Amino acid sequence: MPELAQKIRDIIKPENIVYAKSPLMNDDVMHYCPGCSHGVVHRLIGEVIEEMGIQDQTIGVSPVGCAVFAYKYIDIDWHEAAHGRAPAVATGIKRVMPEKYVFSYQGDGDLAAIGTAETFHAVNRGENIVMIFINNAIYGMTGGQMAPTTLVGQVTSTTPYGRNVDLNGYPLRITELLAQLPGAAYVTRQSVQNAAAVRKTKKAIRKAFEIQAMKKGTAFVEVVSTCSSGWKLSPVDSNKWMEENMFPQYPLGDLKDGTRADANDYSIKG
Amino acid sequence: MAKVRGAVVVDNEVCKGCNLCVVACPSRTLALNRDVNSKGYHYSYMENPENCNGCTNCSAVCPDSCITVYRVKVE
Ligand SMILES: Cc1ncc(C[n+]2csc(CCOP(=O)(O)OP(=O)(O)O)c2C)c(N)n1
Ligand code: SF4
Ligand code: SF4
Repeated sequence: MPELAQKIRDIIKPENIVYAKSPLMNDDVMHYCPGCSHGVVHRLIGEVIEEMGIQDQTIGVSPVGCAVFAYKYIDIDWHEAAHGRAPAVATGIKRVMPEKYVFSYQGDGDLAAIGTAETFHAVNRGENIVMIFINNAIYGMTGGQMAPTTLVGQVTSTTPYGRNVDLNGYPLRITELLAQLPGAAYVTRQSVQNAAAVRKTKKAIRKAFEIQAMKKGTAFVEVVSTCSSGWKLSPVDSNKWMEENMFPQYPLGDLKDGTRADANDYSIKG
Repeated sequence: MAKVRGAVVVDNEVCKGCNLCVVACPSRTLALNRDVNSKGYHYSYMENPENCNGCTNCSAVCPDSCITVYRVKVE
């Protein structure tokens, strides 16, 4: 045993580090529940900003929802928005400071319910911003109420017998709708349920920031996420539930990979 | 053939015992400790340290950025 302990000590040396927390991630312990996807996505955003060397040029807009305190965790400039209004605030910041990287970070209640108008019009205008969308199919912060993205049959605190289409309507695939808007440049749906998925999501976030630099239009990254407290499952079971139930309704992959539409295609002729 | 060996250091006080790293580890290195940290969480630790190959899967899925991974090549 002492031999093994010595072996481990020989490995644990600064020159052998292959992964360490990004210096952009503050030391504040996150307020999120154990296993919450928000933490993983925060980390990926921090790593992308660090790797692109744009810490001093990036401004995040945090939402209302569990991620309301996002500004505490990544060491960049932030602006807090009223519930659902992050894309409008991000639009204003980007237009005043077009040289900055600006992104919004929103949950599904924020982006797809109260903020639907701001979401649609920011993407339709083709604002050169990045929008990160955490779809956990529930209102996490307020106690697990139904969201527009809640699945049919899913039990929430406001649908105790499961979401019923006659009463509550259908799950909103807002990302599919946004992909059709002419202002959208890059629209993708990813997840963070295992290490491979996490690496893909990081690539997607990086690509979204690069698209902003190229002024191609809005870059939109949905991350299908878990809310173990709202779903009343363990974090590990939440990932399983997400794979089995969320992925068929919210299939992963790129929905659009291009550039915002050419104005000529929409202008009066003659 | 060169082999790799790894080791991880978990920030015990930041870990919330979510167990995601334990299931992400392909080599069954990690487990939740029977002991708890000051917040009452069973933090993750290397139960089978000789298994670790430093693949970084555990740190990739950690929501609280509390895992540092080390890797060395051994002849
Ligand atoms: C104008 C306004 N209306 C309602 C609320 C209450 N509220 C706070 S967070 C929230 C929903 C959050 O859900 P979501 O955006 O999905 O984020 P999550 O907490 O799941 O990450 C609501 C309705 C509010 N804070 N402000
Ligand atoms: S309530 Fe849900 S979304 Fe909010 S921190 Fe907890 S797990 Fe995450
Ligand atoms: S680095 Fe890989 S092998 Fe080592 S503990 Fe983490 S997941 Fe397991």
